Amino acid sequence: MINIVGALVFVLVAPVVGALVAGIDRKITAHMQGRVGPSLFQPFYDVGKLFEKEQAVVNETQIFYAICYLIFMIFTGALFFAGGDLLLVIFALTLAQIFLVLGAFAANSPYSYVGAERELLQILAYEPMVILTAVGMFMVTKSFNVSDIVTSTTPVVLLIPGIFFGFLYVLTIKLRKSPFDISTSHHAHQEIVKGVTTEFSGPSLGLIEVTHWYETVFLLGFIYLFFGFSPLIAVIAVIVVYLLEILVDNTNARVRWQLAVKSSWLIAAAVGVLNLAALYYVLGGLP
Amino acid sequence: MQLAQLLIFLILFPLITAVFMLFARKEREREGIVKLSALAIGLVTVWLLITTLDKGALNVGGLPAEPFTLLMFGIEMLIAVFILYLGIRSRKWLVVTLILVQSAMMVYFELNYSPSVEVSSNLFIDEFSNIMALIIGIIGSLICVYSLGYMKFFHERHPETKDRQNVFFFIMFVFLAAMFGLVFSNNIIWIYFFWEVTTLCSFILIGYTKTDEATTNAFNALWMNLLGGVAFAGAILYLAMFGNGIMGLSELLASGKVIALIPAALIGFAGLTKAAQLPFSSWLVGAMVAPTPVSALLHSSTMVKAGVYILVRLAPIFQSTATGYTLAMVGALTFLLASGIAISQSNAKRVLAYSTIANLGLIVACAGIGTYEAIWAAILLIVFHAISKSLLFLAVGTVEHGIRSREIDDMSGLIVRMPKIAAMMVIGIAGMFLAPFGMLISKWAAIRAFIDAPYGFLFVIILAFGSAITVFFWAKWMGKLLTVTTDGSSIEGQVDPHEWTALTLLAGLSLITTFVFPVLSVKLVEPFLLTNYGQVALLSQDNIIIMMLMLVLLVVLPLSVFLTGRKHRHVAPYMGGRTTTSDMRFSGSLGVQKKTVLSNYYLQDYFGEAKLKTWGVWLCSALIGIMFIVTAMRGVLP
Repeated sequence: MINIVGALVFVLVAPVVGALVAGIDRKITAHMQGRVGPSLFQPFYDVGKLFEKEQAVVNETQIFYAICYLIFMIFTGALFFAGGDLLLVIFALTLAQIFLVLGAFAANSPYSYVGAERELLQILAYEPMVILTAVGMFMVTKSFNVSDIVTSTTPVVLLIPGIFFGFLYVLTIKLRKSPFDISTSHHAHQEIVKGVTTEFSGPSLGLIEVTHWYETVFLLGFIYLFFGFSPLIAVIAVIVVYLLEILVDNTNARVRWQLAVKSSWLIAAAVGVLNLAALYYVLGGLP
Repeated sequence: MQLAQLLIFLILFPLITAVFMLFARKEREREGIVKLSALAIGLVTVWLLITTLDKGALNVGGLPAEPFTLLMFGIEMLIAVFILYLGIRSRKWLVVTLILVQSAMMVYFELNYSPSVEVSSNLFIDEFSNIMALIIGIIGSLICVYSLGYMKFFHERHPETKDRQNVFFFIMFVFLAAMFGLVFSNNIIWIYFFWEVTTLCSFILIGYTKTDEATTNAFNALWMNLLGGVAFAGAILYLAMFGNGIMGLSELLASGKVIALIPAALIGFAGLTKAAQLPFSSWLVGAMVAPTPVSALLHSSTMVKAGVYILVRLAPIFQSTATGYTLAMVGALTFLLASGIAISQSNAKRVLAYSTIANLGLIVACAGIGTYEAIWAAILLIVFHAISKSLLFLAVGTVEHGIRSREIDDMSGLIVRMPKIAAMMVIGIAGMFLAPFGMLISKWAAIRAFIDAPYGFLFVIILAFGSAITVFFWAKWMGKLLTVTTDGSSIEGQVDPHEWTALTLLAGLSLITTFVFPVLSVKLVEPFLLTNYGQVALLSQDNIIIMMLMLVLLVVLPLSVFLTGRKHRHVAPYMGGRTTTSDMRFSGSLGVQKKTVLSNYYLQDYFGEAKLKTWGVWLCSALIGIMFIVTAMRGVLP
């Protein structure tokens, strides 16, 4: 069941792909705003520069948490691309995310502290929907294994359209895009200095950036799962979804966290109940 | 007979210790007896496990019901008189009414039906009883050892409370004896007896300090548990009148749902009260007024675990019945709402209390669903919750004596002030909500069990929300502990050696059980499921390997900090450009020096206790009403 090659490919290739996606993102965003934008490879230059800088920290434990954040994000993605259990993947993702939060708490700085609390609010907002997504996929394909879901001939997205919509909604939170970039943002217009990453600088901030590349690729892989029945449609869907996210990012202002949590929960509850109940009856009771 | 001797030893030995505690007034004597007894009880439970391993369920015949049942009846009546006296003295008429009703039922039973009751074996042991015995014997004993240090300190700190440590330790050991009795009894009348003893013990322990608040809360706990007791007595009467003289647990499970469903629902109701499910959650929260080891005992190895123990025992009866589903829904809603309330609590003990109620809710939900997968999850939840929760309570108790506060916000920077205790608390908290630790494995198993059950998707949705909430309130606490402050120094030197022993062992136990849980599952839980359901839940080998990998990473990564001793340039946190001293003081307006104070989010508007509890009480009361109605209808319909 476990495909080591998939995991290795992810570990080696994902940062490159993730950085390129970030580069394309910036380019398109710039065009939307009537700018030329930086080079496609700008993310590489930025992170390269971060690693050249001197490591300055508030205290040593921050570096530890940044490293753990990276390692467990790689672990999450590797497990996903190795075809592992989807629920375990989600739990590993939570673990990784908690390390980022702890790193922000550890600094004992007001700004990163608020960022950490807001990061937790974001987890609170997206976690139910992510778990329900895994459950929906299980109900359709009878398996939690990514390897089984992706090779399933069932058109997953057609059976769980509600869940797909709900997942897209919280994907904006996960990708740290407006209107839900409430704990930290890629844009210059910050709300609480730099939120959760305020006290990270130099190489440790570089690690967090690299982690984000890994995370992006993992999340795009998640979108692919909905369309596993046809690789061509799947790739197109992944691209369309990401372009949609960029569009949403550039056409929406940041909302208050209350709205982010409330709306994500409402959507998760609504699509969860409706879609899963419909599936339950369509599939004749029991899986 | 050797097995019978072991079981009787475990029930009687703590009782003998308890009597000694009553008369041991010197500190040295008390310490000696408690430590030796704790060691003996712990070792015997392990020995019991070794001798009964791989042997399935063993009935202990040859132990006559009389005169023991009569003796128990006599003690019950004495307890009733005692409670009656206290109730009248304190003018608690609800308690008086309940104890009168309950006693009248039992007297009626004793006079009319007692001779017709036939139970093949009064005591028994199987894998589940073994697990419970280990929890009671090891964790319960460790809590008693911890109490030695804690209570000494407690009375130094609270000179206004009369030093009744002999009574305190007496009750603690009686509690352990009653719990052993409860998990080894097959005779339902015996179970009921031990059940009532735990109710009385918790009443006395909660009211230990004799303040007005403690007395009120103790009576609050008492009436709720007595209400459960009335239901339990009702189950016994029902069985006697309509159950063809069935009075054994194994006979009840074998009798089929037509006979067993109504008594199971009544006992299930008693289980809900004891496990502090909504609408009865307030007694467990109120029990926080007692000294911390009492909370640890009530929450981890005794009392509430008696409630879920009996529900898990009866689970085969609940399986795929409307009764079971409504019961499960009470548990699931309790899980969701109690987790939500935990977000809004700033007092560490109250957070722990609501988290206990929530986790018990999950166990109740699993028991109500009653499939083999759900029971697998439920038993693992019981084990992991007992370990992590006792560790957390005891750690909070020690911290409270160190920093003189139970507020989570005051624990900021605990990793600097009490590094080892904070590390243990982090282990305990991680054990409650993070992969790859125990509770998360169990939640994972619960998700899978719910999906496979009819209408299970409703439970899965509730679980998904509840588990996100859980992450929120544990993570913010963990963050508080791990904040590195610059103005503290270690004050760990004052911690009592008894407290160290218990804490270190429990922290070690949390890690070890996570490593050996596959063995626990194969050797104990799976044989139990096979006997009772004919099916076994399995976690795939791959997943276990992956989790072990995560665990190793989590253990190894912190060590790497010690390897790279390289120091980096240290800078002050960003304070918006304001001049800030190294201990985070900055000059505010008019030159006043202010200290930076950081506080957690509690989201009172959304997760406030009053609001959620009101909802929970009404919803769950309605569900319990529905549970009884559907049970009764099934009873009359063919």
